[in-house]
Amino acid sequence: MELLEIRDVSKIYNRQTVALSNISLNVGEGEFVSIIGPSGAGKSTLLRCINRMIDPSSGAVFFQQNRIDQLPKKKLRQVRTQIGMVFQHYNLVNRLTVFENVLHGRLGYKSTLAGVLGYYDSFERRAAYEILAALGLQEQVFKRCDQLSGGQKQRVGIARALLQRPKMLLCDEPIASLDPSSSKIIMDHLQRISREMKITCLVNLHQVDVAIKYSDRIIGIRNGEVVFDGPPAQITPLIIEQIYGTEAHELILSLETLQPGQKSPVKQSEVAHAAC
Amino acid sequence: MQPVEQTNLFFRQRRWSSLLGFVLIGLLSLGSAWLTEFDSVRAVTSFLKALNWLFTRFHPTVESLAKLPKIGEKMAETILMAITATMMAAGISMVLAIIGSQTTRVNSFFGTISRGLASVLRNVPVIGWALILQFSFGQGMITGLLALLFGTTGYLTRAFIETIDGSSDSSVEALRASGANYLHVIRHAVLPSSLPQMMSWILYMIETNVRDATLVGILTGSGIGFLFELYYKGSYYNHASLIVLVIILVVIGIETLSNQIRRIIL
Amino acid sequence: MTTVPRKPFDKSQVWLRTVLLLLTGVTLYTLMQLSAPDLDQKLALMADNFRLMFSESHFKHLTLLEGLYGIAITLSLAIQTTLIGALGALMLGLLAARNLAPHWLTSIIKSFVALIRAIPTILWVLIFAVSAGLGSTAAVIGMTFHTVSYLTKSYSESFEEIEPGVIEALRGCGARWWQIVFQAVLPTSLHPILSWTFIRFEINFLNAVAMGAAAGAGGIGFDLFMAGGHYLDFREVGMITYLIIAVSMILESSSIQLKKRLEL
Ligand SMILES: Nc1ncnc2c1ncn2[C@@H]1O[C@H](COP(=O)(O)OP(=O)(O)OP(=O)(O)O)[C@@H](O)[C@H]1O
Ligand SMILES: [Mg+2]
Repeated sequence: MELLEIRDVSKIYNRQTVALSNISLNVGEGEFVSIIGPSGAGKSTLLRCINRMIDPSSGAVFFQQNRIDQLPKKKLRQVRTQIGMVFQHYNLVNRLTVFENVLHGRLGYKSTLAGVLGYYDSFERRAAYEILAALGLQEQVFKRCDQLSGGQKQRVGIARALLQRPKMLLCDEPIASLDPSSSKIIMDHLQRISREMKITCLVNLHQVDVAIKYSDRIIGIRNGEVVFDGPPAQITPLIIEQIYGTEAHELILSLETLQPGQKSPVKQSEVAHAAC
Repeated sequence: MQPVEQTNLFFRQRRWSSLLGFVLIGLLSLGSAWLTEFDSVRAVTSFLKALNWLFTRFHPTVESLAKLPKIGEKMAETILMAITATMMAAGISMVLAIIGSQTTRVNSFFGTISRGLASVLRNVPVIGWALILQFSFGQGMITGLLALLFGTTGYLTRAFIETIDGSSDSSVEALRASGANYLHVIRHAVLPSSLPQMMSWILYMIETNVRDATLVGILTGSGIGFLFELYYKGSYYNHASLIVLVIILVVIGIETLSNQIRRIIL
Repeated sequence: MTTVPRKPFDKSQVWLRTVLLLLTGVTLYTLMQLSAPDLDQKLALMADNFRLMFSESHFKHLTLLEGLYGIAITLSLAIQTTLIGALGALMLGLLAARNLAPHWLTSIIKSFVALIRAIPTILWVLIFAVSAGLGSTAAVIGMTFHTVSYLTKSYSESFEEIEPGVIEALRGCGARWWQIVFQAVLPTSLHPILSWTFIRFEINFLNAVAMGAAAGAGGIGFDLFMAGGHYLDFREVGMITYLIIAVSMILESSSIQLKKRLEL
C-alpha cells in the first residue's frame, strides 16, 4: 500500500466556497511531489486536509493505513508526529531561541507536563543539534529567532519538522518569501531530505521552473480539481495553460522554449541564476 | 565544549532564572500579605459567604422598584457629571497637550511645565482630589465635578500628547515646510489627524468617570454614589442591588455605544 | 467657468462632529443647571487653600515613619490584588481568547468579565464588606474582582494577536493545548502581559488609596481621610498628597522604563 492515499476528498468552506472537489491521489514513500496551481486553487487546503489541520467535508485520507479523517483526537496527535509541516512564513515562536523552536518538534512525543516545562532529554537535544548542524545553522543555535534572516528561519522550520522524525513533509510554499539564493538552499535541502532520508515531500510551489527542476512528480490543481498529474517531463505549455488559464501569458512565454520530453527547462530560471 | 553540554548549560540557566522569578514573586506576595495581615483562609471563607449572600439576598424586590424613578434621577445626574467633567477636561487637556507635545510645543520650558502638571493631576487619586476640594466647596456636586475634572485632565493630557505625537508628525512637517504659521499647522494638520483618536479617549474617559463618579459621590454626597451609600448604610440591600443593576446597564450601554461610534469615526 | 466639486459626504467626519456637538451641548446644559452661589469666592478660597496645602505642608497627627508605613500597607494591597488578579486573569484570558478556546466559551467569559468591570470597584468592596466586614479583606477581594476582569480583557486581546500560523505549526507537531500555551502563547505575549500587569498595578495603587479612604481598608488612604475628613488639617493633607504623588510617579516612570526595555 502507498504511504498516503487520498480518496475523493472534497472541502467546502461555509457551505458555499468549494475549495476541493473529489481529489484522489496516491503518494509513495520517498517521492518528491510538487503541487502547482493558481492562487485560490486549493493547494493549501489540500495539504491541510492531509494532517487534518482542516477537516475535509467528505472523502477519505489514509496515511500508513490510518484513516486520518476518522481518527480520535489522541490518535490524530500520534499520526501528526509522523507528518512534518513547513510554512511560507516559517511560523516560529520569535521570542524563543532557534534551539527551543527546533525542540518543539518533539512536543507530540512528550507528556503534557514535560512539554509544558520544556524538558528535553539529552538524546533529543543531541538530535536537535545535529539536525541544525546539517542544515548549516550551528552558529545560530542559541540566537533568538527574530534575529535570523528569512532563509535561516526557514531552515529552522525544516529542522523542527525533521526532529519529529517524520515519514512525510508537507511544505506550503516554503520559498515564496525568500530571495533566489536562499530559495535554492532550501530546495536543495528538501531534495536531499527526500532522497537520502527517504522522506516523502509534498511541496506547494508557485514557481513552475523550480517544480520542474526538483520534483519526481508534479500535480497541477485548478479550481479544486486535479488537472495534471505526471512527471515534470510531461509538462508542456499547453498543460501550463490548462493549469493556470489562458491569462498567464508571461508564464507561458517563459516556458515557450520548453520542449515536450525534455528533462529540465532551457530557460534560465531564478534558481539557475542563484547557482551561478 | 561539547554541544550537548552547552545545551545543558543553556537549559540550566533558563530554569534558574524562572525559579528566581517565582521565588521573588512568592516573597513579594508573602511580604505584602504579612504587612496587611491578610488572612487567606478568612478571605476564601468570606468570599464564599459573600457570593452566597450575593445570590440569595442581594436582588431587587417589588418594593425596591418603587425607588426606580429616584434612582433614575440620580443616575442621570451622575452621567451628566461624568460627561461634563470629561468635556471640560478635554478642553483643558487639548491646550496642555498642544503645549506639551514634542511635535507642537512652543518651547521646551512650557512643554515640561505642561507635562509635569498633567503628571501631578493624574497621580493623585480622584478621591484625594475630592477630599482636598471639600475644604473649599463643601459637600455636593461641584466638589465631585471638580475632582473628576482634575484627574481626567491629567489622564487625557497624557493620552492627547501620545495621540498628537503618534499621528501628526509627518503632516506637521509638510505644512511647516510650506510656510504655514503655528495656528494654521494646529488647525489643518494636528487637529484633523488626531481628533478621531482623541474622541475615542474622551468616550473611554466618560465610561471611566461614570464609575469614578460613584466613588466620588459616596464621599461628597452626590449622585448615584450618595444614594447607594444611603441604602447601604440603612441595610436596604434590595434597593442597593437595584442601583448596581442600573449601573451595570448604564456602563455597558455607554461602552457599547462608544464602541459603535469608534467603529465609525476611527 | 470651472466649478469646484462639492465636498463628498464623509460619514466619519459627520459622526465625529455630531458626537462632539452633542457632548458639548450636554456639558453646557449641565453647567447652566449647576447652582453655584458665590463661585468666585470659593475659587479664590480654593486657590488659597492649595497654596497653604502645598507650601506649608506638615505632619501633625502623623509622623513621617507612620506615613511611610501607610504607603507600605497601600502598596501591599496593590501588590496582592494585582498578583492574585493576574493569576486568575491568566487562566480566564486563555479561555477568553478566540484562537485558543471554543467560541461559546470565549463569549461567555467575555460578557461575564464585562459585567464585573461595569460595577465600580468601591461597590464591589462594599458588597463584600457586608459579609466580610469593612477592612482590608473586603478591599482585597473587591479590588481583585475588578483586576481580574480588567486583565482578562487585556490578556485575551494580547493572546488573540498571536500569529495564527505559530499555533498551527505547533498543532501540526502534535502538541497539546497546554504545551502550545506554555511553549508558544506565553513566550510570545510575555511583554504585553507584563506591561498590562504593571499598568494595572499603578491603577491598583491609586485604587488602594481610595479604598483606604472610602472603605476602611487602611493604609495611606485612611490617613488621608483622617487628615482631610476628620482633623480638617489641609496642611497635613498636602503632605500626604506629596507622598502619594511621589510613589505614584515612581511607579509610573518605572512602568515606562519597563515598557521601553521590553520593546527592545
Ligand atoms: N478559512 C477559510 N474560510 C473560507 N474560505 C477559505 C478559507 N481558506 C481558504 N478558503 C477559500 O478556499 C479556496 C482555496 O484556498 P487555498 O488557500 O487552499 O488556495 P491556495 O491554492 O493555497 O492559494 P494560494 O496560492 O493563494 O495560497 C479559496 O477560494 C479561498 O478563498
Ligand atoms: Mg496557499
